[in-house]
Amino acid sequence: MEAGNIAFIMICSTMVFLMTPALAFFYGGLERRKNILNTMMMVICVMGLASVLWIILGYSMSFSGDNLFVGNFDKLFFNQVSMTKGDKIPEGLFAGFQMMFALITTAIITGAVVGRMRFSAIFLFIAIWSIVVYYPMAHMVWGGGFLDEIGSIDFAGGNVVHISSGISGLVLAIVLGQRREYRQTEYRPHNIPFVVLGAGLLWFGWFGFNAGSALAADGLAIHAMLTTNTAAASGMLSWMLIEKLAIGKPTVVGACTGAVVGLVAITPGAGFVSLWSSFVLGALVSPFCYYFISFVKHKFGYDDALDAFGCHGVGGIFGGVMTGLFADPAVGGKTGLIYGGTELFVAQVASIAFTIVFAGVASFLIIKGIQLFMPIRVSAKEEALGLDRIEHDETAYPTFMGLDS
Amino acid sequence: MKKVEAIIQQEKLEELKVKMADSFEALGMTVSQVLGFGNQKGLKEFVRGQEIITTLLPKVKVSFVVLDEEVEEIISLILAICQTGEVGDGKIFVYNVEEAIRIRTGERGAQAI
Repeated sequence: MEAGNIAFIMICSTMVFLMTPALAFFYGGLERRKNILNTMMMVICVMGLASVLWIILGYSMSFSGDNLFVGNFDKLFFNQVSMTKGDKIPEGLFAGFQMMFALITTAIITGAVVGRMRFSAIFLFIAIWSIVVYYPMAHMVWGGGFLDEIGSIDFAGGNVVHISSGISGLVLAIVLGQRREYRQTEYRPHNIPFVVLGAGLLWFGWFGFNAGSALAADGLAIHAMLTTNTAAASGMLSWMLIEKLAIGKPTVVGACTGAVVGLVAITPGAGFVSLWSSFVLGALVSPFCYYFISFVKHKFGYDDALDAFGCHGVGGIFGGVMTGLFADPAVGGKTGLIYGGTELFVAQVASIAFTIVFAGVASFLIIKGIQLFMPIRVSAKEEALGLDRIEHDETAYPTFMGLDS
Repeated sequence: MKKVEAIIQQEKLEELKVKMADSFEALGMTVSQVLGFGNQKGLKEFVRGQEIITTLLPKVKVSFVVLDEEVEEIISLILAICQTGEVGDGKIFVYNVEEAIRIRTGERGAQAI
C-alpha cells in the first residue's frame, strides 16, 4: 500500500467535500435575496445528514455483499472496515472518499425545488432518498451490482450522481408545482459573484471527484484530471459562443453554467475517453443543455428553479451516452461505438434508461409518501415573504428593504 | 420656494453633483436610491438563455429646495447634463414648498435653504 496513493485520495476526499459548500454558493447566488439562506441550508444540511447516514448504513448498503441491487448490513457503522488494508488504498479511506459523493449528490437535487419547498419535507426526502435511491445506485454501479454486470461503466458518477439527482429534482419540481408568479415576476440571480465563487470551487473540487476516482495517484488519475479540465473549459467556451449568437452577449451565469455542464458530462467517461473526446464532449454538452433549459423547460412549463435537471440530469445523460460512443480502449480498456464496440454503447443506454426510471419512480413514491404526513410546500403568503424568514427566522441581508426580492 | 425633484440615471449623479456645486454658491441636495419604471416598462435580461423582464430599474432621485427664481436655471442644468435622448433619462418634478426651517438655528424661509 503506497503512502502516495493514500495521501492523494485523502486530499481528493476533502476536495470533493468542498464541492458541497461550493454548490451552496452556486445555488445561493442564483436564487433570490429572500431565499438565499434556505437555499444554502438545503445544500449544507447534507454535510450533516448524509455524512451520518453514510457511516450508519450507507457504506454498508452500497459496498458490501454480492446482491444485484443493494448491499447488505454487514458493515453498519463501518464495522470491519479496515483503516490500513484494502485494494490500492485502505478500505476506510475508500469509504470516506465515497461518503463525499453521497453528500454532493443529495445536495444537487435541492436546486430544483428552491423557493417553495418546506425544509422539513426536503430534509426527510433526502434521508429517505439516500437509502432508497443513492445506496442501491452506488451498489449497482460500483459495488458489483446489476449495472456493473451488464457491462455499463461510470467512472465518477454519471448515473449514480448526476442522472439520479437530476431526474429526482425534476420529479420533485413537477410534484411541487411552479413557484408563485413563475414567469411573471423577476426571478433573477441576486448575487452573480457568488455564482462565480461556487462554480470556481466546484471546478476545483471536481478534480478530486474525477481524478480521485482512479483510486490511486497514477496515470489514469492524471488522465482523468486533464479530461475533466478540458471538458469544463470547452463547455464554458461553447456556452459563451451560443449566448453570443443567440442573445448577443455572453453572460457570466452562462459561462459558469457551461463549465458546470462540461464537468457533469465528462464525469462518467473521465477515465475512459481520450483527451480529444473530452474536448468534443464539453463543446457539445452546452448546446444540448442550453436547449433544454431555454426551450424544453419553457415549453413544458415545469419549474426546475436552478436547473438541477437541466444541468445535471441532461448533462449526465449526455455524458453517459457519449462515454458509450467515445470510450477509447487505449485509455480505460473499454471500447466505445466509434472504436467498433457496440456492446458498451448498448449497455450505457440501458443503464441510463434504468437510472431514469428507477430514480424517477422512487422519487415520486417517496415524495407522495411524505405528502401523506406533512405539507411539502409552503403557503402562498409564506412564499411571498421568503423562506429565510419563514423556515429559519434569519435574514441574509437585514437592511434590505425588499423591493427586488 | 420650490422643490425640484429629478429622477435620473445613476451614472449622471456625479456630474450633476459637481456642476450644481460649481453653479450655485449655496445649494443643498438630497439623494436617494429608488426603483421604478417609465413608459419603457423595464429592461430585458437573459439568464441561461431564458428571457427575464426586469420592470423595476434602479435610478437615483435628487432633490433641491430653491428660491422661485432659481428653478428654471436648475432645470436647464439638469437637462443639459442628464438628457441623452435614450429611453430612461428620467423626469423632473417641481413642487411648491410652504416652509423651510433650519433646525440648528431656527431660521425660516429663504434663510433656511
